[in-house]
Amino acid sequence: MKAKVHVFLKPGVLDVQGKAVEQALHGLGWSGVEGVRVGKTIEFDLAAADRAAAEAEVKAMCDKLLANTVIESYRVELA
Amino acid sequence: MKAAVIVFPGSNCDRDCKVAVERSTGAQVEMVWHGDTALPAGLDLIVLPGGFSYGDYLRCGAMAALSPVMTEVKAAAERGVATVGICNGFQVLCEAGLLPGALLQNERLKYVCKPVALEVTNAQTRFTSGYGGRREVTMTVGNGEGNYFADEATLERLEGEGQVVFRYRDNPNGSARDIAGIVNAGGNVLGMMPHPDRAFEAELGSADGAILFQSALASA
Repeated sequence: MKAKVHVFLKPGVLDVQGKAVEQALHGLGWSGVEGVRVGKTIEFDLAAADRAAAEAEVKAMCDKLLANTVIESYRVELA
Repeated sequence: MKAAVIVFPGSNCDRDCKVAVERSTGAQVEMVWHGDTALPAGLDLIVLPGGFSYGDYLRCGAMAALSPVMTEVKAAAERGVATVGICNGFQVLCEAGLLPGALLQNERLKYVCKPVALEVTNAQTRFTSGYGGRREVTMTVGNGEGNYFADEATLERLEGEGQVVFRYRDNPNGSARDIAGIVNAGGNVLGMMPHPDRAFEAELGSADGAILFQSALASA
């Protein structure tokens, strides 16, 4: 199974990188851009019995290592 | 008196910390590799040094917090052993759950390296008792992700319980409420972004850091 984990700073946590990218886009003339957030994607192959098992396992990985839930939220895609 | 400095792959202030603690206090300082599964017996102080543990990959301090030796550091901290995390060490302590909150990228996206004036917000801790009536000390910061963050409820609790130990006079990185250093509820785990290990002799511009190590060991 292929897993993709998307990690972003939570809404309300200042994303300075996102802010800088937003300003750069404004500078290039895209004045309608707002709310830019820069996150990261972590993808990997996972040997799992079924989808439910994979979901549980990836969630455990996120809570233990891949995301810091004090400041970040995550979303998991399985395919 | 006995202290240990934990060495992670990518730590770069580990030897500075060893020299700083030795010269400030005369304590015997052992270097402990992150992969070790035991700490030396009879420790009075544990130091988690600055640097870029695991290349700062994923998040600063995230992988170091899961190193084998951290199980022992947590156990020692829970027993009340004085534990100081400096800079990257502060990030590791937060990631390990020994301190609340997290360190974000600096507000102005810049690595900041300079001496800073700090308010000694709580001089009653076992790390700051040596400052006596002094309300201001100087140490150097050197960080790109030193912007302390915690939710409002946590910040209120830290303030209310006297857990904010140092505050920046002129906030260099956007830290919430100008926080530069905090202790845990038990008062034996300190995390701070400024470097006492870079301020332990007058020749370094400040000897204020020496007092911190002396206080920590005097209270042991």
